[in-house]
Amino acid sequence: MDDSSNFEFAAAEPLDDIMQKIADHKGCGTSGGSGKSSCGTSDGPDDMAPEIWEKVKNHPCYSEEAHHHYARMHVAVAPACNIQCNYCNRKYDCANESRPGVVSEKLTPEQAAKKVLAVASTIPQMTVLGVAGPGDPLANPAKTFKTFELISQTAPDIKLCLSTNGLALPDHVDTIAKYNVDHVTITVNMVDPEVGAQIYPWIFWKNKRVTGIEAARILTERQMQGLEMLTERGILCKVNSVMIPGINDKHLVEVNRAVKSRGAFLHNIMPLISAPEHGTVFGLTGQRGPTAQELKALQDSCEGEMNMMRHCRQCRADAVGLLGEDRSAEFTTEKIMEMEVSYDLESRQAYQNAVEQERLAKVAAKNAELETLAAEEASDIKILVAVATKGQGRINEHFGHAKEFQVYELSSKGAKFVGHRRVDLYCQGGYGEEDSLETVIKAINDCAAVFVAKIGHCPKDELTAAGIEPIDQYAFEFIEQSAIAYFKDYLDRVKRGEIAHVARGDADIRQGAYISA
Amino acid sequence: MTYKIVASQCTSCSACEAECPNVAISEKNGTFVINPKKCTECIGYFDVAQCVAVCPVDDTCIIDTSLPRYQPTGGAA
Repeated sequence: MDDSSNFEFAAAEPLDDIMQKIADHKGCGTSGGSGKSSCGTSDGPDDMAPEIWEKVKNHPCYSEEAHHHYARMHVAVAPACNIQCNYCNRKYDCANESRPGVVSEKLTPEQAAKKVLAVASTIPQMTVLGVAGPGDPLANPAKTFKTFELISQTAPDIKLCLSTNGLALPDHVDTIAKYNVDHVTITVNMVDPEVGAQIYPWIFWKNKRVTGIEAARILTERQMQGLEMLTERGILCKVNSVMIPGINDKHLVEVNRAVKSRGAFLHNIMPLISAPEHGTVFGLTGQRGPTAQELKALQDSCEGEMNMMRHCRQCRADAVGLLGEDRSAEFTTEKIMEMEVSYDLESRQAYQNAVEQERLAKVAAKNAELETLAAEEASDIKILVAVATKGQGRINEHFGHAKEFQVYELSSKGAKFVGHRRVDLYCQGGYGEEDSLETVIKAINDCAAVFVAKIGHCPKDELTAAGIEPIDQYAFEFIEQSAIAYFKDYLDRVKRGEIAHVARGDADIRQGAYISA
Repeated sequence: MTYKIVASQCTSCSACEAECPNVAISEKNGTFVINPKKCTECIGYFDVAQCVAVCPVDDTCIIDTSLPRYQPTGGAA
């Protein structure tokens, strides 16, 4: 999803009007009753009510467009969990979790509040505080809500969110509303207990361990009930689903319909992270994750139904920073306890206002470029391009320094963000420099071009040989504007017969969580 | 006998602490321990030992065979 849709909606209007609207923070303004539960996909003239725009405009997880500019942090105050998932292993620090006491630190609510202030003072674009584990926040209600209480007192401008498996959700909806938590994510991997039994070995329910189909039945009932209760209260809900090929991949279309009909705002289908070394049930049984194309195909097929999130980085329960970066190592308990923290609401606001100006410029540039594309002859050609970026919506990262590439789909409709590819795990298996380039090529093998701020001769030649065009002519320019300009040129070259448009192959999805080097 | 926690297996997730009806579980040196003087094996409270049922790692909360079996007294059962 992407609140740039607001701007696309407004594209036909004079620029001044658009600027005025955005300056007023009214987004697309009208709150009409479109078919969708809300707006925010990367394409299509959606409506978004002003109050919803207010909630998502600087939430990096709820807005693709915001994630270029705003940062989030998670505090690991909730170690206990009430269910067991086959893709999770609490004994190791892996994929979606961080084992308390080993790599990351478990925090008390008081330590968490101090950490939030320290981070917010250092990173003014940090706008969102989430409790996401490493267990289930609502299996640790006292710690979770105490954290929210402390933060809302000291840093009232920070948005609060939490993510949960949903089992305990109906019991806590009123408390969630009381603390003004206005974003809740529920992980829903199934609505059919038969499918659920293959994902959840057990749940802890009413002082008993319940297994099998019965466990999945209780879980799905609680999840759907919780979702309904939240949307009734106007709390924005995102649904996360883990795509597990052969188990729930086809079923997720049904999940998508079920959560949409209950008012979920956004659906985030993520690839299963699975490797034997994680020690998870799925890792040990050899259950594979999806390929990039399989994931995109499923996301595309659900997109007509509701807003899809494609920029999720599956971050850890203690991540700090922009999505795709993790600065948690700068903010260990030891370090934050020594920090002198002064929370300056005004300077944070000033910084965020500057960010808003940058966003306006970016959107205006994109729309101007889009108009010139519209003047061209429509074409059926669609290509993917990879972009090296550090944020701010610009092509501002050196090829060799990129830890991930953002992927945009270019067509006559414009540039649409469709995902990201990680390339930061060079160290796996002790590969050398040459192999790391091979890793990058595998990760963006489905792309026709890669946009970078700078690139060396060697990788340039190798990328070209692999059929991926290295592009550095748009260094430090806005991503979408540049991508559209490139696409026009691409179409031109195809027309003139200079290049042949060929379908690219599939690409790898890299495994593992983002951790600071 | 009472229950004990195998420290090398404990992930320190704290789930057992909140479920224990006897408040017998506490954190010590990074993992959790059960106070054998307080543990009743959940007899009189629940059909299953709560720490065993909620623990995410199997065979981590186990019977401590070095201690005598818990004997419910009076009205506890």
